[in-house]
Amino acid sequence: MKQIAIMMTLLLAMVASATAKPVSMSLQVRKGDLRSSPSFLGTIVGSAAYGDRFTVAEERGAWRRVTAAEGALTGWLHSSALTKKKIKLKAGEADADVAASSGELALAGKGFNAEVEEKFKEQNEDANFAAVDLIEAIRITTRQMQKFLKAGHVISKGGAE
Amino acid sequence: MKRLLLTTSLVTGLALALVGCKTFDIVTKVTTSVGVATGKISSSEARSINRTASAAGKAFEQITPEQEYYIGRSVAASLLGQYKAADLKAANQYLNLLGQTLATQSDKPETFGGYHFAIMDSDEINAFAAPGGLILISRGLLRCCQSEDAVAAVLAHEIGHVQAEHGLRAIKKSRLTSAFTILAAEGAKNLGGEQLAQLTTAFEGTITDITGTLINSGYSRTLESEADAAAITIMQRTGYNPRALEAMLEQMHTRMPADDKGFGKTHPDPQDRIKDIALLLEGEGAIEEQAARQKRFEKAMKGV
Repeated sequence: MKQIAIMMTLLLAMVASATAKPVSMSLQVRKGDLRSSPSFLGTIVGSAAYGDRFTVAEERGAWRRVTAAEGALTGWLHSSALTKKKIKLKAGEADADVAASSGELALAGKGFNAEVEEKFKEQNEDANFAAVDLIEAIRITTRQMQKFLKAGHVISKGGAE
Repeated sequence: MKRLLLTTSLVTGLALALVGCKTFDIVTKVTTSVGVATGKISSSEARSINRTASAAGKAFEQITPEQEYYIGRSVAASLLGQYKAADLKAANQYLNLLGQTLATQSDKPETFGGYHFAIMDSDEINAFAAPGGLILISRGLLRCCQSEDAVAAVLAHEIGHVQAEHGLRAIKKSRLTSAFTILAAEGAKNLGGEQLAQLTTAFEGTITDITGTLINSGYSRTLESEADAAAITIMQRTGYNPRALEAMLEQMHTRMPADDKGFGKTHPDPQDRIKDIALLLEGEGAIEEQAARQKRFEKAMKGV
């Protein structure tokens, strides 16, 4: 019984410390646009790069209001752009060990990367990467989306935003 | 007492869950011990491989968005080696306007390289979603769409496959195990020629697993249902009538030849899919044509 009591106390202490500590997260996509409101139609207030660290100040649905660990940038990011893992752009020996054992660290540019793609390209001449590059080049801006929805009378009924 | 029972059952559950990874652990440990004994790998490398291999037991969940992006690019490049990209600038732009807008309403709006859409120059009724958000739609499938809402249904279904990472699930566990093992041995150093070759082999296998599933075997009816359900949610959130999915499936059923080499081979019968989504569409009103929307749809689809 005593053991259970100790375990429960420990558990409660863990929960308490978890809620008190500000949550740190990293940008896990190539580029992230921070917005003035929790919506993809919100104005872009700044941009972040892969691996940038943030502190979460507020949660609203799937959106997080974040502040950059370096600099003063604050805005809303969708949670799918964020990970609790630390992302190391330039990893050392020790990092590789931590990444392998704990899973709390991700090493950028490791594994299936540009170098492997190059090698794959050499061995698969039929694969059409030029076409993929052209497709990836098409980018739609927030303004274009707003205009598109308005002109087509497509009216959102709320949801994830 | 009750609490004690609860704790015990939790512990038992956890233990049972761990058993699955156990066999895998043992095999790797034996292999790495042999490696150390023969001097092929250092003991620190072995330690790191053992840990990574346990992690790799979780297979595709270990793939980072960055790695998913590179997998997706090569899957799309392979598909575009077989199916030519259609040179239809206006239609492609329209597809991206619509698709990228829909993607913002999915549960996974952000991927490493973002969502991108393109038309394949093929009469076959077909569509492919490469991991990370590269989505290819055939001319034949677009011809089954009689409104913007129907195109939205097709694109939202493919976005559904991307958000649920169905493509990554098609990868055989052995590919990832070998990839993660090479990475752990490599550490933070750059890859040697032999390691790069091994990693590329694992990568090629990964691409073959996915394209093979997309082109030949298809996903299960359960995964297709999951993508249809996601499509309905995305359409509702964006402001499109999800009944358009039903309308598109009816068109597909009418137009699809009995020996269809595309969707007919890899997807459940459109009529089965209609049955599967019936409950989700309850309470949705009939489709009302929106003149401005219909006009831009017809303009964009000219030449498709």
